[in-house]
This record gives sequence, C-alpha cells and structure tokens, in this order.
Amino acid sequence: MDAFEAIKVTFFQECDELLAELESKLMLLEQGQTDLETINAVFRAVHSVKGGAGAFGLEALVRFAHVFETLMDELRAGRKPCDPVTIKTLLRASDVLADHVQAAQGLVPEVDEARSAGLVAEMELLTHGGEAPAPVVEEDEDDFGFTPMAFDMALDEPLAPLPEPASGWRIELRPHGRMYASANETGLLLRELGRLGPTTVVLDDSQLPALDALAVEEGWLAWTVELHAAVDEATVREVFDFVEADCDLTLTPLGAPAEADFVFEEEGPAVLPAGDDLDIAALLARVQGEAVAEPLAPLSAPEAAPAAAAAVPTPASTPAPAVASAPTAPAPVTIRVDLDRVDRLINAVGELVIQQAMLSQRVLESGLARSSGIALGLEDLELLTREIQDSVMAIRAQPVKSVFQRMPRLVREVADMTHKQVRLVTAGEDTEVDKTVVERLAEPITHMLRNAIDHGLETPAERLAAGKSPEGTVRLAALHRSGRIVIEISDDGRGINRERVKKIAVDKDLIAADAVLSDEQVDNLIFLPGFSTADAVSDISGRGVGMDVVKRSIHALGGRISISSAPGKGSTFTLSLPLTLAVLDGMVTTAAEQTLIAPLPAIVESLTPQAADLHHVGGLDPVIRFRDTYVPVVDVALVMGFRDAPMDPTQGIAVIVETESGQRAALLLDAIQGQRQVVIKSLETNYQQVEGVAAATILGDGRVALILDVDTLVAIRRSGVRSDFKLAS
Amino acid sequence: MTEANDTANRELIAFRIGGQEFCVDIMSVREIRGWTPATPLPRSPGYMKGVINLRGTVLPIIDLGARFGLETSEPTARHVIMVANIGGRTVGLLVDAVSDILQMTEASVQPTPDVASEHVKSFVKGIFSIDGRMISLIELDHVLPEREAQAA
Repeated sequence: MDAFEAIKVTFFQECDELLAELESKLMLLEQGQTDLETINAVFRAVHSVKGGAGAFGLEALVRFAHVFETLMDELRAGRKPCDPVTIKTLLRASDVLADHVQAAQGLVPEVDEARSAGLVAEMELLTHGGEAPAPVVEEDEDDFGFTPMAFDMALDEPLAPLPEPASGWRIELRPHGRMYASANETGLLLRELGRLGPTTVVLDDSQLPALDALAVEEGWLAWTVELHAAVDEATVREVFDFVEADCDLTLTPLGAPAEADFVFEEEGPAVLPAGDDLDIAALLARVQGEAVAEPLAPLSAPEAAPAAAAAVPTPASTPAPAVASAPTAPAPVTIRVDLDRVDRLINAVGELVIQQAMLSQRVLESGLARSSGIALGLEDLELLTREIQDSVMAIRAQPVKSVFQRMPRLVREVADMTHKQVRLVTAGEDTEVDKTVVERLAEPITHMLRNAIDHGLETPAERLAAGKSPEGTVRLAALHRSGRIVIEISDDGRGINRERVKKIAVDKDLIAADAVLSDEQVDNLIFLPGFSTADAVSDISGRGVGMDVVKRSIHALGGRISISSAPGKGSTFTLSLPLTLAVLDGMVTTAAEQTLIAPLPAIVESLTPQAADLHHVGGLDPVIRFRDTYVPVVDVALVMGFRDAPMDPTQGIAVIVETESGQRAALLLDAIQGQRQVVIKSLETNYQQVEGVAAATILGDGRVALILDVDTLVAIRRSGVRSDFKLAS
Repeated sequence: MTEANDTANRELIAFRIGGQEFCVDIMSVREIRGWTPATPLPRSPGYMKGVINLRGTVLPIIDLGARFGLETSEPTARHVIMVANIGGRTVGLLVDAVSDILQMTEASVQPTPDVASEHVKSFVKGIFSIDGRMISLIELDHVLPEREAQAA
C-alpha cells in the first residue's frame, strides 16, 4: 500500500513536469511553431498523463485526457489543421487537464464539471467535425485504461496466424539500434499488436551480416506483421508510440500492395575495427551474454531466427514511458536532493565563512607578518571559502521559469474575464535566483499581471480607436542587474491616467488638494494603501488591496518597486529583489555601544542633524526637517531600552528610513561604521520574536549583532511615546 | 512531560546558583562552556541576558538564578553556560558553577515542600538529598517564556 502510494506520488510529480512541458509546447504552437515535432511532444505529454492515470484508476482524468489525446492524434496525423482556433481550445484544455490532475491529487475538491464538459464537447467537435469524418473507432475504456507498454514480462501466448484474413494491416517494422538502447523490445511491441487481433509475424534477417562483421548494437532485424483486425491506423500506431522515432515503420492496409522497398537505414553494416585477427571468442561471449535476454523465441515466427539472430542486443528491462521525451535535446543530468540537506550545507558554509573571517582577524591582531606562511595560507583559505560559498548558493538558485510558467494560464483567464485580447511575452525565464525568493515571487507577479491586463490594457474596441492592434501585449521579463534580480512587467496599454489618479488621491484624502506633485510622484500614488483606480471594483483586481499589497510583499523580501508610465503607450513596473534571503545588505551602526544593523533597502539617506532643523511637536516628540517635510525622530537606543534618557540629536547621526507603508522616520544613532553584507540568523529558532529586531547576525569578531526592524521600531516609538504628530505628505 | 520519567536510574548534572544546588537531566544538556559577554536583547525580561554566538547559532542566554527569582550578580568569566535543549530550542543557561554528576532513582525524589512559592514550584519538580546536600530537580520546560503568547 505504501509502495503504491509512493508510486502515485511519483506519478503526480511527473504529471507536474508533463503539464509544464505541455504548456511550454502549446505556447510554441501558439507562436506559430506548428511543426510535427512540437505537436508530437504535446501528444506524448497528454498520452503519458493518461497512461499513468489509467494505471491508478483516475477515471475522470483518463476520460478527459483521452478526448484531448484523440484530438492531438488528429492534428499530428495532419487530418486536422493546427489553426489558432484549435490551439486556443488546446490551451484551455491544458488548463482543465491541470485541474483534473489537481483534483485527482485531492488538492482541489473537484473540477468545474461544466467547464470540463464544455471543453470535451469542443474538442470532440474539432476531432469529428469538418468535412472528412475520420474513421475514429471509439476505443472502450478498458483499452485506453492501460499503457500500451505492459510491465509484465511473461510471453506465454504464442501468436497463432489466422487462416482467413479479414481486413487488416501489414506492418513493416525495422527497429534501429537506438530503439533497443532505450530499453524497448520488439517482442513486447509484437505482443501488443497481438492484442489488437490475430497476427502473422515474419522475421526478415536478410540484413544480418556474418558473425565476424556483426556490430551487435545495431538493429539488423526487420519484421513484417500482418494484423487481421478491423482497427484504424491510429490504434496500430499507438502501439509504436514510444518507438516511432527510433524505427522505420510502414503501415499498409491489407489488400493494398505492400511498398516495394523497405526504408533501409542509411549507414551500411558498421565496419569492425581494422585487423583480421579479431578476438572471436570475446565477441561470442558478448553475443551469448546478450542472447539470454532476447525474448524472440516464444514468438511463433514462421521463419525462426537462426542462432545468430538472437544477437540483437535487447536490454530486458521494462520499457520506460519516459523514453517518450528522449529524442529531444538531452537534458542535463540532475539529482533530487532533500531541501533540508542543502540548507544544512548552506548553514555550515555560512559558519565556515564567519570562522574564517574571525581567524584572519585574530592572526592579523597577533602581529604576524603578512608575508608569513600562515597569513598566506589564510588568504588561500579565504579564496576557497568564497568559492565554496558561491557554489553552495548556486545549488539553491533556481530559474524563475517555474513562476513564469504559471502565468500564461492566469493571463488567459483574466483576458477571458475582462474580454480583452492579450498576448503574454516572457523573457529571461532562465534567470536564476534563490529558491526562497522564487517561491515568493509568484504572488506579486500574479497581482501585477492582473493589474496590467485589468487596468493597463484597453478593450479591443478602444485599442482600435487609438490606432493600436486589438491584441494587447503584456511583457514579463527577468534579468540580473548589479547583484539583484530585476523583474519587469510592462504593457502597451493606456498608461496611467495621472489626472484621474490625482483626483482619486485627493478624493480619498490621501493627498492635499493643492499638492504639487511630479509625474513620478503621481504614479507612485497608486502604491498608497486604500488606492484603487478601477471604476468598478472587479473580481480580478481592485478591492482597494491592489498595489500597496504588492509593494508590501516586495518590501518584505528586501526589494523595491518602481513604475514608469507614458500616457497612451503603456506602463512598466520594475521590481528589484535581492538574489537570496540568506544575506542582507546592511548599514552597520552603533547606539549606546551596541552594534546594530539597519537594512539598506529601507534607508533613504543619512544626515547629521543640525539644531536648526530640529523641532518639537507638543511636549517631547522631536521631529527633524528633511527636504521640506518633517519626519519623526526615533531615538533607537532609548526605544530599545539600551539607554534611559534621550540623547542629544546633534551629537548623533540621523538615518532617514522608509517603512513598508511608505512612512518616513529618522533613526537617531550614535555613529555609522559602514556598509556590509550580513548573514541573517533568525532569533525565533531558539528564542522568539523580539520587538524592534528583525533578526540577528554574526559579525567578523564573532559577536552577535541585531538587525533592526524599521517598521516595528517606528510603531513602538509611536505607541510608547504619546504623539499627536501628523505625517506631512 | 519528561521522557525519562519511568526509568529507574537517571543521570543528573548538578550546578550551583547562589548558595543553592540544583540539577537537571544530563540528557538535556549538550555542552558546558565559560561565560562570554552577550548581546543584549531590547524589551526582554530581566532574566534574558541576551544572545551569544555558539559556532554560528544565535544562542539566547537565560540567567537561571534570575528566572528562579534569586539574587544574582553580574556574570564573570568564572560563570558557566550550560547549553541545553528545551522543547526543540537550544538555549544557554547561566549558572554559577557545575558541581557534580549524580545517579538517582526516581523513588528518592521527594515532592517540593509546601514552603516554596508557586513561582518556584513551576520549575522545581522535586527535591532529594545526597550526602546531606539538598538538591532541587529542575524541570526545564517552563524556563523559556511561552513563545505562543508572543507570536500570536
């Protein structure tokens, strides 16, 4: 039972990969790459899902996949054109197929039956409709409920030829060496044919060279099978589904004359290494070793193969369905590793880096000459440690593809709901970033794409009126820029209507009515909490939790978001994120003799407060003038309890920070030491969350320093010290 | 609550705070090290001495004496940190000195006398005497503040 469940888990993992493959190939089709290879790839993906689902008795999934597969079969046979209408149906069908897989996994309660049935009808219409009714024989469920490749190796049913041939097929099969190399066996194929009806099998060993000229890894044998059963060509071809690329296969309806010539392999008999003194004994031993695995004998082939014929190498392992994707470019060899193990390694390397830094510092302090052996050795050690750290980080790095791949479906659905025509263009899917960042990218990107389609793009009619193509384009791109990952989401829509944005902001009391704002400032108003530009709150985006939520989640990742917009031409949102969440760019500061790290993304700038710039609002609360606005001063040492009395602001340094909600505050600190990357260590692992502290880190001298949580610091200050201060905006 | 309740023989590690002697199950102690200055944590209870770096782990240090409500002095290099596992978390317990390793049977433990306050009772599971010394058996589960209350 457990083993069965484990296989099922593997099946669903494969399903995910297959669905991703399906999606990407369908995208290729949509872009006009309708060659047979791509169509075949789509067919194979659907077929593999169906085959596995059949084995697990997932009936709803099988039924849907079957209709999908039948349509794909028509397409790849060229009986139906692969036109845009069909491709659109296929894309939606792939969405529903994914739903079915999820439902089978129990991830979602059930599939939208109406949608599923609608697509089934649509696909069946595409399959059967049209001028030439294809002679598709509906297979019964038992037939497709099982993969054509059986796992059972017993060959106990000799195939008896029927004396009275009805209508049927002559199948000429000449496997290449490659087919055997992918662990397929002719014997199994012949047996599958035998299931369709009575067969007569004739072996053609005429190509088989003499023993001394035999290259054992080539396919020398050919078979001619007469299948006496009234089945259609597709059913017969299905048997050879996984091997078609690796053999010459000719199907002729019985009664029609067989093709005169076989399709011979281009290369002649392979030439054996020069020299006549061949080690025959060794060759024989090899031949015999492989002969054991040859399952030919039980087949009652009228012209029994001579002993040497058995030398065709046929690895006797079970045929792997995975072979289906073999003919395409070889995938890089990968292993699956438990994420915990990688994390342990990364932690250990983090410690190594810190220890190494401490050691170097100690050696330096001990007064050893820089040219001494120890110091030189340490330098090499440092280089090595950096290299190890980089390599380990690369293990966790993942291409953003996994997130980007989910987006085409979203775009289709939002486009359908808003009745807009949208084309999604993606670029830089292979850009790599830490796994934790990848996982947290999906939500903001989803949100922003919805926004771009719902608010950014115009309806087809509006676009035509504006002299644009009715189909809007949304571009999603990822790239590396100066140690960060940048995600760009741009549309060619109407751009931001600044007047309306400003009016709404004034109406909602977000800005003063007479505020003078630059274009950039107006654009950034949409990030304010409670701002929603949609005239009617729609299902897709809006509800007033739009862009401010996006901004907050980006901030939480240590990132920034910016926007540029040209009226009538479109808008571009740019996200900039750190490559990893394990490391933070920080400003090292001191307050009351404690070393504190301020996260760099939150810092706007730092300044030395002048007495003239400092004011008090009411009793105690100081504010500082910063570029014509007044921002509250947060005495960090006081708020954190390191000091009892407030310090004189002119003796310290003020670091202007921006909180996630866009508020500004001045953190008052004793001094700034510099800027450095720090490794983030959670306090919650062994203790708990501490107010005002985001996390801890370990400094070069081995001491723990705290990383400030700017947002709560500002909040504590507001709640702790009574304040009637109102933020100028 | 504790896993080794039923076993007849337990090994305990005994330590001193002020003039008193306490002990904990040796299995919960991972290592013992000298005091190093800790980085103070803001807005924390008085018995939280701060955090130190234990080979890359950020280790919170609890002044066990202060936690029990005893008089404590500023820690010196002669003080000792017992690194212990408490409910999946690793913490350092600041004590004056580690004194002994003891063998004890469950039967020799006497219930905490009624004189002790409720606060002390929540940490002391029982007492027993060895060679005329009275040693309190400590239950570490309640030494850390409740995380849930804060995290919610």
